[in-house]
Order: sequence, then structure tokens, then C-alpha cells
Amino acid sequence: MMQHAPALIVLIPMLLAPLVAMLRSPGAGWALFTAGAAGSFALSILVLEQVWSGGVVSYAMGGWVPPFGIEYRIDLANGLVLAVVSGIALLVAPFARASVAHEISEPRQYLFYACMLLCLCGLLGIAATGDAFNVFVFLEISSLSAYGLIAMGRSRRALLASFQYLVMGTVGGTFLLIGIGLLYAVTGTLNMADIAERLPATYDSRVTHAAVAFIFVGLSIKVALFPLHQWLPSAYAEAPSAVTAFMAATATKVAAYAMLRFADTVLGEALVFEQLPVGEIGVLLACVAMIAGSLVAIFQQDLKLLLAYSSLAQIGYIVLGIALGTADGASAGLLHVVAHAVVKCGLFVVAGVVIYRLGSERLDALNGLALRMPGVFAALVICGMGLVGVPATAGFVSKWALLQALIAEQAWVAAFTMLGSSLMAVIYIGVLIERAVFRAPDTSLSDTGITPLGAKLSLAALAVLTVLIGLWSDPIAQIANGAGAGLFEAGR
Amino acid sequence: MSDVLGFYPYIAVAILLMIGLYTVMAHSNLVKKLIGLSVFQSAVFLMFISLGRRDGGTAPIAPMEHGHAVVDPAIIYSHPLPHVLILTAIVVGVATTAVGLALVVRINESYRSIEERDALASDRKVDEQLDQAG
Repeated sequence: MMQHAPALIVLIPMLLAPLVAMLRSPGAGWALFTAGAAGSFALSILVLEQVWSGGVVSYAMGGWVPPFGIEYRIDLANGLVLAVVSGIALLVAPFARASVAHEISEPRQYLFYACMLLCLCGLLGIAATGDAFNVFVFLEISSLSAYGLIAMGRSRRALLASFQYLVMGTVGGTFLLIGIGLLYAVTGTLNMADIAERLPATYDSRVTHAAVAFIFVGLSIKVALFPLHQWLPSAYAEAPSAVTAFMAATATKVAAYAMLRFADTVLGEALVFEQLPVGEIGVLLACVAMIAGSLVAIFQQDLKLLLAYSSLAQIGYIVLGIALGTADGASAGLLHVVAHAVVKCGLFVVAGVVIYRLGSERLDALNGLALRMPGVFAALVICGMGLVGVPATAGFVSKWALLQALIAEQAWVAAFTMLGSSLMAVIYIGVLIERAVFRAPDTSLSDTGITPLGAKLSLAALAVLTVLIGLWSDPIAQIANGAGAGLFEAGR
Repeated sequence: MSDVLGFYPYIAVAILLMIGLYTVMAHSNLVKKLIGLSVFQSAVFLMFISLGRRDGGTAPIAPMEHGHAVVDPAIIYSHPLPHVLILTAIVVGVATTAVGLALVVRINESYRSIEERDALASDRKVDEQLDQAG
């Protein structure tokens, strides 16, 4: 059983999805989604523990020995990403039950859970696989189900947002496919470790350079790095709340992991960062994203849009870590993947609860939140502080690591940009808290009364995790450090 | 010159890529956008299939003589792996087009138009009415 764990992590949600579609019951759909997420999460933790004690785990799909067959290769970096993605799915599940029942019409609810399972399968697959073409296939599985999920949003704008994401996402995915095709043309293999081994001989080939360009532009669309981010704000704002909470914490993060894997392991840092200016371009775009995203977030009047623009800025932090091209930068990027996943998932669940109870996502709905829903308000404050990076929260740990990596590289401008962006986060989170504490509740909005138990569970778990990672950061920091070093080692 | 001619599939790929990408960006009609997307993807399929052509290549089960595989120069050998990869990519492309067309149907139902411009304008109008009301 344990030896098949790397494959089962991906296969459990994949096999449950058609089962949910056949059972046609929302209750069974939710139960199977929760069970699938829990199963994948438990196996991810077991595999991560195995990697931590025994080194890289390699799984030959179907018994075909790599590099001939498809290899699933789990090291600390993707072990961590697998645990985060499946963990977030598990934490969103309790909230999803009530939120989905509220936002999506009954006959479509089971399809929602089937799509969520497929999306989860795709995201886990991208993280687990050691085969370049497999990355493309899983990317499209997760994207196609994401288009469907976003289109289930309440207003008709969700349809347009989904279509725009479909166009940009497909162009991004196809760019990645071109890049992988060019890599295959110069190396004759699709296995990541094999490509890494054979590629140095072709470092001067123009085909290889074109492959690097296509891969990074394609992944930048999926990561939503400025200026390829247009799809993200409307998609996040219009999608059902549970989808936004899940996707904001996982979809862009997995794409960021793919970027890390291609930059450091598959293509090799000598090509990407020394020979070609991917690092410089990445740092520049990340800095613009951090400032522009935070600045736009300050002026938003819609809670979900505000959080979406803040996500753009946070993606800047992650890409900044990746673009430094050092092991410290990579581990800081991974840490921020974890921290931001937990924190932003919590904030989007808060937004979902506000929509559930008050039926509005305008910032006015937050007025008087501290009195109306003290528990939800507490979660907003804790996760908000995590986003800003207040000490003793998750955001502080990752931002501190990133700052240290930046100082080690003497990237002063980037370091100050990062601090400036964090100060702007104080403003937009401050605006939310100010409204919640000092303004009188908007009486025109009728409160449905109670926060669903599941949402309380999700919120409590995410808030506790935010503080827990902040106070007890050693295990995760150690894994991230090992992962950063491991990524670079594998590329040599 | 022969170099350029030898690479003619790749020139076709580049032209198709540009046509597809331009159609996606320049047109406001959502169906035309999807057509552009399909052309764009087809270009990549063609690229992969062109990669499969090997001069002097042979299948691993070719007849052997004196320890060497007998290669008939008249037979053009194609590497099967890129074909198989592209079979997968074609399925992905079909799925994308299907999801896209389904979205266009729903957009047409709720906006009464398949022009992106009209749909955005109609959303803006609703916003303005809400602002005036509030």
C-alpha cells in the first residue's frame, strides 16, 4: 500500500470524481470530496515523512522503469506542495457544504463536487509528476475543471470571467506545451531528471533558449504574474466562494511550484539565471506586481476583488523568491506558498461567510462585523495579520525568510519594494478592520442569523494554523530549506 | 535555401501560431476567439508531429542483416512517441473547445450576444444603474 502512495495521492480524487458524477447526490458528493481530500492529505503527509527520513521517493507508473515510463518523483519541495494542496482542500470542505448549498442550485451541486475533485487531481498531479509532458496534461485537467467551477458563480459575469480565463489559460498551457516540445526536440526525452542531465550540452542552442522563453511565459500566465494577470481578479471575484477559497490557495501556488521545478531542476540555474535574463525579468515583474497589486487592492469596494488584487501582490513575493535563483530564495518562495495558501484561504472563507449571511460582498457589508459576527471578525483579524506579516503569524515567517534571501543577494530595491508592499497591505487590511470595528452595521442588509458550523470549523482551523505556523515555524522552515537545497542539487 | 525548405513544416507552424494568436486577441466575437484558439493549438500539434520525422531512422522491430537494421531509404520513418503525445493534446484541445462553446451558449442565453464588447458594455450599464440607485 505504502509503496503505491505517490500514485494514490493523485488517483484517489481522479477515481472519486466520476463516482460523484454517477451518484448524483450533493450529500454523497460532499462526503466523497471530503474523503478524497482527507485520503490524499494523509498519504501526502506519510510520503513527506518518508522523503524527510529516507530521501527522494521515485514511483514507476505502471511498472515501466523511468525514463521509459512516467515517473512520479517526490522530493521535499513537491512533498510539501502536495501536503498543502490536499490539506487546503480538506480545510475548505467543511465550509463548502453550506456555501455550495447556498450559492449553487441543487441539481448542479453534485457536478460541483465532481469538478472540485478533478481540479484537486490535476493540481496534485502537476506537483507529483516527474515527467514534463505529464505536467501539461495535469495542468489542463485542473484548468478545464476550474473553468467549469468558475462558471458556476452566482451572476452571469461568472460566465464571462470563466471564458476569459479559458482563453488565457489555454494560451498559457499551449505555450508550456510548445516549450516542452522544443525541450523534447533537443534532448529526446520527457523525463525531468533525464532532460536536466542532457540539456547542458545544448545550452547554446537557440531551440533551448526558445523553450525557456515559452515555458516561463506559459507558466507566468498560470501563476498570474503581472502583466499576464488579467484573468485572475474577475475569475476570483465571480467564482462561488468555496471555489475562490480553494483556488486562491492552490491553483496559482502549484503553477509557482512548476516554475520553481522548471527553473531550478529541469532547465538548470546555469541556463535560466546565468545565461538568460529570466531572473532579472522575474524580479522586475515581481516588484511591479507587489506594488501594483497592493495599490489597486487599497481602492477596491468589493471584498473578493480586494482579496484577489492582494493575491496578485502576494504572487509577486513568491515569484521574487523564485527569480532570485538561489536555494534560499527558492525555500523562501515555498514558505510563502504555504503561508499565503493558509492565510488567503482563511480570508476568502471570511468573505464567503459574509456573503452567506448578508448576501453582499461590498465592503459596506463588513460594517459593524465585530459586533455582528465576533468569531468571523477574529478570524479576519488573525488571517489579515498573517497577510501583512505581523510577527507570530505565518506571513511573518515567510516574509522574514524572503527578506534574508534578498539581503544575502544584496537586492536592496526588491527588499524595499517588498517592505513597501507589506505596508500597503496594512492599509487595505486596516480598512477592513476599521469598517468592522468602528462603523455602524448596515441595517438594509438582512442577516440570516447563524454562521454554518462547517464554516466555523474551516475558519477556526485556518486561523489556528496561521498562528501555529507563526509560532512553531521550525518544522516547515526546515522542510522548505531542505526543499530549496534539494531543487538545486537535482539540477546538477 | 535548402535549409529553409527543409524546415518548411516549422514555418507553417510559426505562421499558424501567429494567425491563431492574432485571431484570439483581435476579435471580440467569442466563437471567433475559440476558432483562433483551435488554430493556435493545431499549430502545436503540427510542430510535434514534424518532430517525429527522422532521417535514416527505423522502427526497433526492423529486419536485421549482419547486425544492422535494414533501412529502406524510400520509407520515411516517423517516431511514434510525438504522435502519441499529440493524441493526448488533441483530446485536451477538443475538451477545451467543448467547454468554451458551452460557455458561449450560456453567455448567449444570459447576455443575448456573443460579442465580448456588448457583454462588457451591458455589465457596465448594470453597474451604473446600481450606482445611481445607491
